[in-house]
Amino acid sequence: MMGPVLRATLLRVLVVLLCFGLLAPIVIVAIASFSGDGYLKFPPESLSTRWYARFLGDPRWRQAILNSFLIGALASALSTLIGFLAAYAMLRGRLPLRRVVAALLLTPVIVPHVITAVAIYFLSARFGLVSVRPWIAVAHSVVALPVVLVILQSALRTVDPALERAAMVFGCTRWGVFHRVVLPLALPGVVSAALFAFLTSFDELVISIFLAGFRSETLPVRIWNSLLLEVEPTIAAVSTLLIAVTTIALGIDALLRRRRGEGFPGR
Amino acid sequence: MPLTLRATLLLLLPALLLLSGLFLLPIGWFLTASIAELGTWPEILEEAEAVLLSGAVGRSLLTTGWIGLVVTLLTLLLGYPVSYALSRVRGAAFTAILLCIVLPYFTSTIVRTYAWMVLLGRNGLINQILLGLGLVAEPVNLLYNRTGVIIGMTYVLLPYMVLTLYAAMKAVDQRLLQAAEGMGASPGQIFLRVFMPLTLHGVVAGLLITFILAIGFFVTPALMGGPGDVMVAMLIEREVEITQNWPSAALMTIVLLAVTLSLYAVYSRFAEPGEAVR
Amino acid sequence: MAAGAVALEGVTKRYGAETVVADVSLAIAPGEFFTLLGPSGSGKTTTLSILAGFVTADAGRVLLGGQDMTQVPPRGRGLGMVFQNYAIFPHLDVAGNVAFPLAVKRVPKAEIATRVAEALALVKLTGFEGRYPRQLSGGQQQRVALARAIVARPGIVLMDEPLGALDKNLRYHMQVEIKEISRRLGTTVIYVTHDQEEALTMSDRIAIMEHGRIAQMGPPREVYERPDNAFVAAFLGEANLLPARRDGTGVAGPGGARLEAGAGTLPGAEGLLFIRPEKLGIAPGTAAEGPNSLAGRVRHASFLGNTVRYAVEVAEGAVLVCDAPNGAGTVLHAAGDSVLLRWRAEDCRLLAG
Repeated sequence: MMGPVLRATLLRVLVVLLCFGLLAPIVIVAIASFSGDGYLKFPPESLSTRWYARFLGDPRWRQAILNSFLIGALASALSTLIGFLAAYAMLRGRLPLRRVVAALLLTPVIVPHVITAVAIYFLSARFGLVSVRPWIAVAHSVVALPVVLVILQSALRTVDPALERAAMVFGCTRWGVFHRVVLPLALPGVVSAALFAFLTSFDELVISIFLAGFRSETLPVRIWNSLLLEVEPTIAAVSTLLIAVTTIALGIDALLRRRRGEGFPGR
Repeated sequence: MPLTLRATLLLLLPALLLLSGLFLLPIGWFLTASIAELGTWPEILEEAEAVLLSGAVGRSLLTTGWIGLVVTLLTLLLGYPVSYALSRVRGAAFTAILLCIVLPYFTSTIVRTYAWMVLLGRNGLINQILLGLGLVAEPVNLLYNRTGVIIGMTYVLLPYMVLTLYAAMKAVDQRLLQAAEGMGASPGQIFLRVFMPLTLHGVVAGLLITFILAIGFFVTPALMGGPGDVMVAMLIEREVEITQNWPSAALMTIVLLAVTLSLYAVYSRFAEPGEAVR
Repeated sequence: MAAGAVALEGVTKRYGAETVVADVSLAIAPGEFFTLLGPSGSGKTTTLSILAGFVTADAGRVLLGGQDMTQVPPRGRGLGMVFQNYAIFPHLDVAGNVAFPLAVKRVPKAEIATRVAEALALVKLTGFEGRYPRQLSGGQQQRVALARAIVARPGIVLMDEPLGALDKNLRYHMQVEIKEISRRLGTTVIYVTHDQEEALTMSDRIAIMEHGRIAQMGPPREVYERPDNAFVAAFLGEANLLPARRDGTGVAGPGGARLEAGAGTLPGAEGLLFIRPEKLGIAPGTAAEGPNSLAGRVRHASFLGNTVRYAVEVAEGAVLVCDAPNGAGTVLHAAGDSVLLRWRAEDCRLLAG
């Protein structure tokens, strides 16, 4: 029999180790990216930004950064708009087979991305849409949509339907209710949804592998293509950029959440 | 004042168009068109038997199931204490643990995979440590084999398991645990007789979602595995990208899709809708 | 002032097999304070929703200011409304909330400012313009909701349990204020509540609803003192309802006592004799004297402060509740005392069971 103190201590040590294990690989890559050594050594013997210089000096990598941000922004805007309308309909609408529709809207996360990717590729190849950036953004919206829907449904759930009725009595059209009441109240959720939709697209690899072609490589695709050849240190710098984008997005979301927790700010 | 059916459908229309246009219909089209290339039904069945029972595909199906199973059990083993801690602590500790889960969760799969490739390489940190401690005489091969795949996939999938378990654990009414304590139960008894049964559905949901995601995995095994670690998703990709054997890709897709969707149907009974995405 | 007239004609609403509003007709005069009173599920809130336009009736017409508004959406009805739990917009400050109905109609900014100031003065919230709802107390939020409902000077204001969330003292205070403001503005108010005291205090007329129908409609005193049926009698306050039967010569009460009753609604012979506890006189005594007096024994006496409530058993199983004022020099009866109860024929009615 272990004493309760010993047991609690063991659990604590175990959890600290596991958390360390979860975070460490990411932190190590970020640190190693500043290594001045010839290959990725940890801890680095000298520090430099040579891998960043190599990363940012390469036009192909620069193009990939641009592609990733463009596609991410477009996919985020598209899926957030479509998702907002759908989330509102799911919450306030009269709908037969609601559960079926709800489950259907979420299936793109469950179905292996390879299958989705192959199917979209099958379609795109026939219509000459491979390596068309806006089209890749549309394809990314399919997998971003479930993410957006979940966030927005929970954000919209906090909007009291009585407020919408009040707006109607006081003269608002459906559209007026939407933009005067629903949208302002759900705005923090909308921003969150847009952030995570952006991240989903920005980090997406499998669909991009099939659709990118040579012209429209995104950062993950470019990483993939170079990793198939060798584990080169430049990737550490690229990875650090991706980690930074994720961290910033999560940071903004955390700020929004805090503000949401405090209700609406004064002026 | 609920929306009318017409307004509801109108608002849902863009989402349904996107979903059918780039998801449902393409999958359906890809499958039917590719299968139709094979000819008549008897020919199709013959081909299906030939493809699915062929050495390569059969082995790959077994490999997929086996890796999925091992990885799922490992995530449960490692994830349970973390979720448990997360559900019991408040304040800064909570934020710290959550950060350790959420940051990897939202970091690109390929970045996470790359991180482990760096760590597990011949000159990587792990080998340096093992050599430094004198545990091994020369660098161990941790990459481009089954070990590498399992380590990488466990790492990538761990946050899914942790968050699913946490959802179930957070929902446990603390007063029930206090009541058990008040009735004289020891911490071990409280855990085994109250906490475990109350969170069992979360464990089942976590196992299912992790397994579903694991068997569809592509990036991590492709980069970290060796020739003997070809999973179904990789095979599908190869058939399409390299050999352009669409019918064979379609047949494997059907198998993978059928398994995934059946497990998802079971999963929906255990988890809140949308929990998988959070 | 025809703008304030309201009428429902044969309005019916069904949800599936359940009829929540059944053939309701009523006519409300401009400036009238009209209350829909009933327990939850009686159809009063649905009736109000039909008036507001949130719910479309399956049959019947809604007339507002003499115009048929049955198919007009809420925004076209020109109503003011105070919602249950206020429904104040959390993202707008007090001024923004009160200005909302005017801003939607694109009233010029200067005019909005004047009218918002007037409305806030009326509800005594001047100086609170820049506060956000979460910074206000329940009573203040209630006032914001009231100001928002009247700022566009609607002829008709709907109020859905507006005071339900307030504590007792504040509620009484607000009752008086709402009544006062509506009188000053000459607005027609349609007020929904389940609180009978509130309905009696505030209304010009009350419609008591039960199972989607109007059980009775009339001024407070009339419906209180002359209920048409047992439901209305019991819902509006404490009521004695004793089994009684009408025969050739009059009414036979408990234990066969001969009684006289005022006009009633009893169609047949078997019914209930209705009388309010405060209409009963109580005095020491052992034998009935004349009509409408019953001898009995005190079972309980409860001291309520300004009154004393007695439960008096007048026959086997027949108990009458009597409220006696606790006036100067009142002698209290104790349990077991023999007493005589008396009342006037016009204070009691014979109702269908």
